[in-house]
Amino acid sequence: MNFKKLTEIPKSYLKEILGALSKLEKLKKIPFFTGIHFRDAERDLTRKIDDYKKYEREAARVWKIVELSRNEKRPRTLDYINGIFESFVHLSGDRLTGDDKSIITGLGSVGGRTVAVIGHNKGRNIEERMIYNFGMSIPQGYRKSRRIMELADRFGFPIITFVDTPGAYPAIEAEDNGQAGAIAKSISTMFEVKVPVISIFIGEGGSGGALALAIGNEVAMLENSTYSVISPEGCAAILWKGPSGTRLASRSLRLTSRDLIKLKVIDKIISEPIGGAQNAPERMVKIVKKYIINVLDKYSRLSTEEIKIGRAKKFESMGFFDS
Amino acid sequence: MEKIKCKNCNKEIDGETFLLNSRVCPYCNYHHTIGARDRLQITVDENSFVELGKNINSVDFLNFFDVKSYGTRLKEAKLKTGMNEAIIVGEAKIEGIGLAIGIMDFGFMGGSMGSVVGERIKILAGHSIEKNIPLVIFCTSGGARMQEGAVSLMQMAKTVSSINRVKENKILYISVITNPTSGGVSASFATLADIIIAEPDSLFCFAGPRVIEQTIKKSPPPDFGSAERNLKNGQVDMIVNRNYLKKVLANILRLFE
Repeated sequence: MNFKKLTEIPKSYLKEILGALSKLEKLKKIPFFTGIHFRDAERDLTRKIDDYKKYEREAARVWKIVELSRNEKRPRTLDYINGIFESFVHLSGDRLTGDDKSIITGLGSVGGRTVAVIGHNKGRNIEERMIYNFGMSIPQGYRKSRRIMELADRFGFPIITFVDTPGAYPAIEAEDNGQAGAIAKSISTMFEVKVPVISIFIGEGGSGGALALAIGNEVAMLENSTYSVISPEGCAAILWKGPSGTRLASRSLRLTSRDLIKLKVIDKIISEPIGGAQNAPERMVKIVKKYIINVLDKYSRLSTEEIKIGRAKKFESMGFFDS
Repeated sequence: MEKIKCKNCNKEIDGETFLLNSRVCPYCNYHHTIGARDRLQITVDENSFVELGKNINSVDFLNFFDVKSYGTRLKEAKLKTGMNEAIIVGEAKIEGIGLAIGIMDFGFMGGSMGSVVGERIKILAGHSIEKNIPLVIFCTSGGARMQEGAVSLMQMAKTVSSINRVKENKILYISVITNPTSGGVSASFATLADIIIAEPDSLFCFAGPRVIEQTIKKSPPPDFGSAERNLKNGQVDMIVNRNYLKKVLANILRLFE
C-alpha cells in the first residue's frame, strides 16, 4: 500500500479509509490469517483514493458551472420579460395577505399569443436583491403564482415560468403562514391546468422553491444553470459535516443540465453564448425567445386533455429502482 | 423488562408500560418516535394488512460519492429498522372499514423520500382509486433523499400528481403528521390532504429550526413548528393523542362511507 497517497485527501474522507486500514492491520495480526495476503482489500482502498482524486477534478469543473449559474451578470427574469414579451402587464398580490416581490407575475404577448409569465427575480445589485429578497419566496409568492396560473387556465393562455432561486425563504413568518402547503399547492395547480406549461431554468434551481414553478410540459435548462435537491453547501454540511465537501457535493448531486437530461429530469438544454449567458445577455434572451415560440407552436396542435395527461404521465414515471 | 428514560421529562418508565402505551410517556404524555411496523400494529385491525409494492428496491443509480456509499447507508438502515425502505404501503382495515394506508419510518435514512417512496405512494394512490377506498398516510420525513439528487426532488411532483388523481376521483385523503415531518414530504403529499391530523410533539415545517437559525442568526422560538403552533396558525385540523388515533380515524372514515 502506498501510504503517501493518503496525504492527498481531506480529513473527513480519510477517516473512513483509515478506519478500513486499521481493521485490515488488526486482521493481519490474528495468527489464523498469517501468510494470507490482503491484496484485494488493499487494492480496493487504493482505488478509493484514486476515485477521490478523479472526483475532485470533476468537482472543480462542476463548481465552475455552479458559480456561473449564480453569476450576477446573467440575464434575470425581468430581462427575459422585457426582451421577449410585448404589452407586458405586471400583476401583483395573492389576494390573501400580501405581495411577494421575489416572484414576478404578469401577462404579455409573444409570437401573436397571449401568455402568462411567472418567474423568480434575484436582482442584480445589493439594493435590487434586498427588494426581491434574493429570489427566495414566501407563501404569498407561491399563492400569487397560483392565482395567475388559474387565470391563465380559464382563458387558455399558455404559462411560461422562469426559475432562478436559491430556494424558498427559510423564515419563521413564512413557516407560520404555511410555506410547505403553499409550495405543495403550487405544484398541484401546475398539474391541474389544461394549458401548456414551459419552465425555463435561467440560473439557480434550488430545491422545492424551484420545483414549485417547474412542473412544465417542457422543462428546459440553460446550459450553465443548475437544478438541485439541496444546495452543495447544505449537502456538504450534512454529509461532510462542514464546508470542506462543498465542491465534492456539487459533483455528487448531479445538478448540471447535462446530468439532468440524461436522468430525464429535464427535456431540453438551451445552449448559451460562449463563456456563458453573462457574456452576451441580449443574444441569450433572443435564443430563449426562439425556443419559447417553437414550443408554443408544437403544443398548439395538442388537445387540452393531451396536455394535462402528458404532463402528469411524464412526472409520474420519474424515478429509478429495482423491481 | 428494562426501564426507559423519557426523552422529555427524564422520568424512568417501566419498559412494558412504555410499549403498552405506544411509546407515549405516562407521566408527561411525550410521544416518542415509533417505527412503521409498530405503528401499523397499533393502527389497523389484526391480520388485515396486505402489503403492496414491497419488492421495489432502491438502487444507487447516481453512484453517489460520499464518505459512506448510498449502498452502505441503505444496508445499515435495513438492519436498523427491519424495513426495506422508508415507507410501507398496503390495504388494511380500521374497525372493519377498508382503506389504503401508507406509513413512513423515520429510522430509515431519516424517512427520506427517494424513488421507492415516490413509487410506493403512486402505487398506493392507484390502489385507493381502483378499489374506491379512502387513503391515509402517516408522514415522517426529513425531506428528499440527497443520494438520489434531483430525481428525489421529482418524487415531490410524482406524489402530488398521484394525490391529485385520488382527489379528482372524490376519494377521501387523510394525512397524519408525526414527529418530525419536514422538507420535501411536507411540501408535497403531506399538506395536500383533505384532513390533516397532527400527533402531539410533532415538528411539522418546510425548513427545519436549524436551517432557520442559520438564516436569521438567532434560534427560533421553542414552539417553532410544533403541533400546537400549527393548529393555532390554521395549518392542521386537530391534534390527536397516539392512543386515540385509531378511534378518531375510524370515526372520520365512517362519516365518508
